[in-house]
Amino acid sequence: MIKKKSRFRGLDLPENKFTEHKPIEAIPIPKTAVMPLVQNIGAPCSFIIEKGDAVKTGQKIADSKSYVSAPIHSPVSGKVKRLSKILNPVTGALMDSATIESDGEDSRVQTDPLFDIDASKDYGQLVNIIDSISREDILSRIREGGIVGLGGAAFPTHVKLNPPPEKEIDTVILNGCECEPFITSDHRVMLEYGKQVLAGLYIIKRLLDPESIYIAIEDNKKDAIESMGELVTEMGFEDMCRIVSLPSRYPMGAEKTLIKTIVNRAVPMGGLPMDVGVVVNNVTTSKAIYEAVIEGQPLISKVITITGEYEEIKNVLVRIGTPISELLEMCGINREKANKVIVGGPMMGNLLLDPDFPVTKGANCILAMDSRIPQEQNCIKCGRCVKICPMNLEPLVYARNVKSGRSEGLKDFYISNCIECGSCAYVCPSNIPIVGYIKAGKAMLAREQNAG
Amino acid sequence: MNRDNTDIQQKMLITHAPHIWKGFSVSRIMYIVVIALLFPTAAAIYFFGYYSIILILVCVAVAVLTEFIIKKLRHKRFVMDGSAVITGLLFALVLPPRLPLWMAIIGAAFSIAIAKEAFGGLGYNIFNPALAGRAFLVVCFPGEMTTWVLPTYFNMDAVTGPSPLGENFSYQVERLQMYKDLLFGNTSGSMGETSALLIIAGGIILLSFRIIDWRIPLFYIGTVALGSFLVGQDVLYQLLAGGLMIGAFFMATDYATSPVTGNGRIIFAVGLGVLTVLFRNFGPMPEGVAFSILIMNAFTPLIDKYVKLKPFGYQGKKKNA
Repeated sequence: MIKKKSRFRGLDLPENKFTEHKPIEAIPIPKTAVMPLVQNIGAPCSFIIEKGDAVKTGQKIADSKSYVSAPIHSPVSGKVKRLSKILNPVTGALMDSATIESDGEDSRVQTDPLFDIDASKDYGQLVNIIDSISREDILSRIREGGIVGLGGAAFPTHVKLNPPPEKEIDTVILNGCECEPFITSDHRVMLEYGKQVLAGLYIIKRLLDPESIYIAIEDNKKDAIESMGELVTEMGFEDMCRIVSLPSRYPMGAEKTLIKTIVNRAVPMGGLPMDVGVVVNNVTTSKAIYEAVIEGQPLISKVITITGEYEEIKNVLVRIGTPISELLEMCGINREKANKVIVGGPMMGNLLLDPDFPVTKGANCILAMDSRIPQEQNCIKCGRCVKICPMNLEPLVYARNVKSGRSEGLKDFYISNCIECGSCAYVCPSNIPIVGYIKAGKAMLAREQNAG
Repeated sequence: MNRDNTDIQQKMLITHAPHIWKGFSVSRIMYIVVIALLFPTAAAIYFFGYYSIILILVCVAVAVLTEFIIKKLRHKRFVMDGSAVITGLLFALVLPPRLPLWMAIIGAAFSIAIAKEAFGGLGYNIFNPALAGRAFLVVCFPGEMTTWVLPTYFNMDAVTGPSPLGENFSYQVERLQMYKDLLFGNTSGSMGETSALLIIAGGIILLSFRIIDWRIPLFYIGTVALGSFLVGQDVLYQLLAGGLMIGAFFMATDYATSPVTGNGRIIFAVGLGVLTVLFRNFGPMPEGVAFSILIMNAFTPLIDKYVKLKPFGYQGKKKNA
């Protein structure tokens, strides 16, 4: 194990990881599943099923011809009840979605697992199996499994793991930082599905063949550091990868700050980690890669943390597509206690406006909070946002310019480099929702670009 | 979506991420500054007696009242965030100890009404309100604004003293005694500028709560020290006498009127130091801190525009165009 100090200022947030010792509970399959088509960055899918069709669990229901896209699978078996439009809570646009009524059978599409990691300890055999599958075959299995980055960005994984030949990848980082307060789903996945995570990591290694592999975990998850370390030895991967213990600084888990901290390279503005020879994957994504490649299991379920102002808080394994209202009901939770429900963490999560909105591939936490509307005051130019910004930007300039409707100041101050981590708004003494202004500013620039 | 969402929206708050805050509010910052200012205020009262208490209270009251009236006239919300208290207090501290009350009232009202609110209120003013008010009075009442008295303590009989940094001031007393007087504040000058020691104590409070950036006082005082040395002045005397200390810790560090980036603040502070040395040595008046700060205030928007941070992953202009 190696220890690293953070190479950015970062925030020391109250962690509030109340559910870190709660084992993952499997939640029953929902009565109806709602599957929106927009679940990844890139091209949206279109349906390959029709209303009234019978579907099986794991059956592909939507796909796209585009390369930068990942198909969507039915999380339940049953009948397609309707194809309709629902509101995308992030963009505010309408998106197509399928409502599938479960028949309660959960009859699955026939799969042919190549290896049973829970039953067999013959990891040499697992390695041989992975080595015997061709790169193309692995990539197509990942794509067909509908795997996207599960840390929140939802970028199609087969694209990330197939960099263009001119980009030499020498470093792979497995991201188990989970720097947002409250969320413990990655933490539990590392503790309970560590073998799958490491097997997935071996598949990533097979694809990219990097010189060094790091498993990055913040030091507030000592048990995960320890158990992952033991598993690495048990599975014979000591020469392949190293565990890195990182300080708990927000936003450590953001790709750019993580790469900077571990290998001291700065991803160029507007660039991708592969531009500096690095690929970062989330631990839960790694588990999903294993399940898709070795078990033939598409991405239809996810570990989610339910936390905050609920009478019961827990980590659950839930089918994607489960309406959040139904999920909470199945957990025996009454949602009237808090005035705010957030999907994601408190720093970057989105407000849940429609309680019937489903769990999507990118969701990792449902957080109920009692919150106030902070009274926005004048910017006093104190510079705290400038000091804290991990991307070295000047957030106050964006807020001031967007408020007065000027877009020229935004580009000059590199607004596109903002990763929307929320640190600036967190420290702002005037309670200015800076990230809201930044999102509006980015949209303003995009509109101008389209018009010009 | 056929669902009626109004009941949910009434119960739920619609806000942007992040959903948690540090909770270090503007008024908390302001009242820490007020507490830090109580040190030089205590010196003012100790050395210049009862009249200074009246002068300080009147200036603070006029500043707060003016802000209240202007907010009402503009139909804006009045927030007792402490910023007007700071302006009133700072303004009082840079006045001559025996300034007639009515003049102080005019100055305090000018500070808030013109220098602060006319530019858009808190955070949008270009010039430091307290110093703008002082500059206004210097132009209106040049005689009264340059009438200095020796410390009277609580004795009401004022004895006219030499102006700080003035020609006939320098070598009246023995050197060591002079440094001591300047350090503790037993000298003539504006009410709150005389005691270097208590101003530095207030400055340390501001620094330890991370209210102000150390760069500004360090580079300002450092540049004055270097400049004074180069022109052959008594360096320690130049640092301790006059308004340099209160200017460097409490005036130049004002958020709204100083640059926002670290490098911008260094440029700002060095500019202040150069101007102060020039004004003190070659200008018509013995002191130049107030006008140095006002002039550099005017440069602040320019500095903020051109002295930008290099963003993470910056690789030069061309590649990113």
